[in-house]
Amino acid sequence: MTDAILSIRNVTVEIPTRHGLFKPVKNVSYDIVPGEIRGVVGESGAGKSMTGNAIIGLLDDPAHISEGEIWLKGQRIDNLSAEELRRIRGKEISMIFQDPLTSLNPLFTVGEQLVETIQLHLGLSAGDAKTRAIELLDAVSIPNSTERFDQYPHQFSGGMRQRVVIALALCSEPSVIIADEPTTALDVSIQAQVLDLIKQLARDRSIGVILVTHDMGVIAETTEQVTVMYAGEVVENGTTDQVLGAPMHPYTQSLIAAVPRPHKKVHRFPQVSYGGRETVFKIEDLARNWTQSKPSKEGKMLEVKGLTKRFVEKASLIPSRTTYFTAVDNVSFDIKDGEVFGIVGESGSGKSTVARMIATLYEVDGGEVVFDGSDVVTMDAKDRAAYRKQIQMIFQDPFSSLNPRMKVGEIVAEPLIHHKILGRGQAVTRVAELLDKVGLARGAEDKYPHEFSGGQRQRISIARAIATQPRFLICDEPTSALDVSIQAQILNILKDLQEHLGLTMLFISHDLPVVRQMCDRVGVMKMGQMLEVSDSETLFSAAKHPYTAELLQLMPQLAQLDG
Amino acid sequence: MTDVTETPAPTRLRRILDSDLFYAFRTSPVALISALVTMFLILSAVFAPLIATTNPFDPASLNLMNGFTPPMEPNAFTGENFLLGTDDQGRDVFSTILYGMRISLFVGVTAVVFAMVLGIVLGLLAGYFGGWTDTIIMRAADVQLTFPSILVAMLIFGIAKGITPIEYRDQMAIWVLILAIGLSDWVQFARVVRGATMVEKGKDYVAAAHLIGRPSFAIMIRHILPNVLSPVLVIATISLALAIIAEATLSFLGIGAPPTQPSLGTLIRIGQQFLFSGEWWILFFPACTLLALALSVNLLGDWLRDALNPRLK
Repeated sequence: MTDAILSIRNVTVEIPTRHGLFKPVKNVSYDIVPGEIRGVVGESGAGKSMTGNAIIGLLDDPAHISEGEIWLKGQRIDNLSAEELRRIRGKEISMIFQDPLTSLNPLFTVGEQLVETIQLHLGLSAGDAKTRAIELLDAVSIPNSTERFDQYPHQFSGGMRQRVVIALALCSEPSVIIADEPTTALDVSIQAQVLDLIKQLARDRSIGVILVTHDMGVIAETTEQVTVMYAGEVVENGTTDQVLGAPMHPYTQSLIAAVPRPHKKVHRFPQVSYGGRETVFKIEDLARNWTQSKPSKEGKMLEVKGLTKRFVEKASLIPSRTTYFTAVDNVSFDIKDGEVFGIVGESGSGKSTVARMIATLYEVDGGEVVFDGSDVVTMDAKDRAAYRKQIQMIFQDPFSSLNPRMKVGEIVAEPLIHHKILGRGQAVTRVAELLDKVGLARGAEDKYPHEFSGGQRQRISIARAIATQPRFLICDEPTSALDVSIQAQILNILKDLQEHLGLTMLFISHDLPVVRQMCDRVGVMKMGQMLEVSDSETLFSAAKHPYTAELLQLMPQLAQLDG
Repeated sequence: MTDVTETPAPTRLRRILDSDLFYAFRTSPVALISALVTMFLILSAVFAPLIATTNPFDPASLNLMNGFTPPMEPNAFTGENFLLGTDDQGRDVFSTILYGMRISLFVGVTAVVFAMVLGIVLGLLAGYFGGWTDTIIMRAADVQLTFPSILVAMLIFGIAKGITPIEYRDQMAIWVLILAIGLSDWVQFARVVRGATMVEKGKDYVAAAHLIGRPSFAIMIRHILPNVLSPVLVIATISLALAIIAEATLSFLGIGAPPTQPSLGTLIRIGQQFLFSGEWWILFFPACTLLALALSVNLLGDWLRDALNPRLK
């Protein structure tokens, strides 16, 4: 393309390590056209961010561009000196990072940071720079821009902060903006607003945007062109409609197949089978010696009544002066035998707190948790121990949920040995069997958690959770830290557990399409309150509460998929 | 996904040799040299009876006529030659240094181990339980920090001296020294362990252990402790250097190791009496040894701290 403002040609990035030469980016080419958004999509480690960093010369030593050229407005920039590159960076190319919290300096007001950048690049006087800064805050739709000019970053919410970062990126009137996962840290409702803003700014100001993301929904909603990367290489380049609607490359096909559909429920997620990563689960085999599947009283396994949790906001010696923040406010729902009950909500809605109270990890400040007819809150220590044996939990972050100093075998064996279900000798055989069933290679028990990827660790978590043959499994955002193809695998395992072992589950997520695929009934939470509980199909077709309807409307539609 | 290749789990030694820490060690000249010097000094202290030419504490081997022999010169009366000279009593300085270093290292290592165990236990309790347990332990630590540690050690030493019968005093001296240095040193272990424990406590693997039903004690020992040990290792190394110096200081002041069991500090105290009368070697060589020991251990500790801190890389 001749009208490209930024052109990346056959770029390869090398990192020499003591284990040999590592190439995170191999022979990557794409063009950016003014006013157009190019999505760069791929799983973690695919080299998408590394390419972005290479463009503006932000590669950390010893990483460097070993081959290829980068052209900006007809000038080659990859071979410039650090000083020349610094001038171009910021002036011509701006960057928006994932975490708005760390990309603003907490010690300066938003205004000061904007004015400094404007003066640096445009050489305006202090007064003019301030006028310009307030214009920019208006441009990114920050209300009361004149007052907010003098506020500090911590006085802004996450979405507002990301708007400030975008304003900061616009200061120098750049021709290209690289946005690296700009909405990953934000809630759905805010994500939609920020993406709209980026779209509008690109169009109005003729800025070329590189949008790096792992989220197919974001790609579908925002971009015109898309580049799919896998293991450092570009596997597919094309218009968004074409790549999403009729993917050519088998990797793109498998990636798109794994994206949970918001519109219809599928029985199983299609497996991503690119690159020889086939996995076989044998959960069915576990069912044969699964013992704990007796029915609960009246078929209700768990009943939560008026559950409340308050956290101390400001402690005081005088009890009446202590202020509290109510994280969970009078929440009630029940879960039937063999059912998957979902809780959706944005961050801070209290959904994880509910899960942790049910798991007895948090003390309950009010209400009851009735499990199979008996109240967990008022139980004595002995009954509680028996209760804990019947519930297990899978956590969100696969990196913190496994003890880094214990071997995988010890981690999975711990519940078995603690509950005296098996002796040490028998536990070894059982652990090997469990790890095999969740699809890990033999020999996994002798390794440490850091030797496994995120998805593999989540499998280890699952093996640990089902080791005691629980009746009830709490999944707290089990896949939100994982790539979409790995997510599909983990969700399939969970589905198998539920189907073949009759496990009852509480499934917590912020991801509506995933909830639709997984859950029989869904509760919607906002600011500590349960707004609506209903059948998942009913909820997705006819939501009663306006907040639910709003959430559903903001959900990326992925219209290009499946025609 | 299933790993296609099933590599056998490497042995422990292979893991250590392959680790980034060992690589950082191998490629750092400071670490290599200081480790070499430390090892050399420790080995020569441990094998002192084999290396030393005489046993300086066996009165039968002493000859007062050998007193004040300068290094590398034959004695004027007996004609005997001493590598590093002799002191006023005719003791071979080289041998006294080797034996003195044994005492210094023994006191240093034991005191640090004592401080470490105390600090880890109190730090774990404070960090894990929080609330009043935390307040009491950490305020006690704060109060202790307001006194200079030498002063605390002197206080403990004074009390112990008052309550032990005179005939046991010399035997007790070493143990009192260890107690005094250990007690003045636990605070920094406790602080670091407490901080690290509070971080680890919030991680999901601890929640998972709670869910299994593990009691608090098991969670602290089995789960949290192994994960807070690397900063402890760093402090222990740096503390060892400080403890050796603290012991030397106390001995120099005359309230540490008794002359019958002289440590490097005691030797320096004895030596400084003769410094201005020209017999410099009685002071100089023990002081150099102390310097080399403290410096090499300290450099090793500094390097370890940097190597284990990913943020400095």
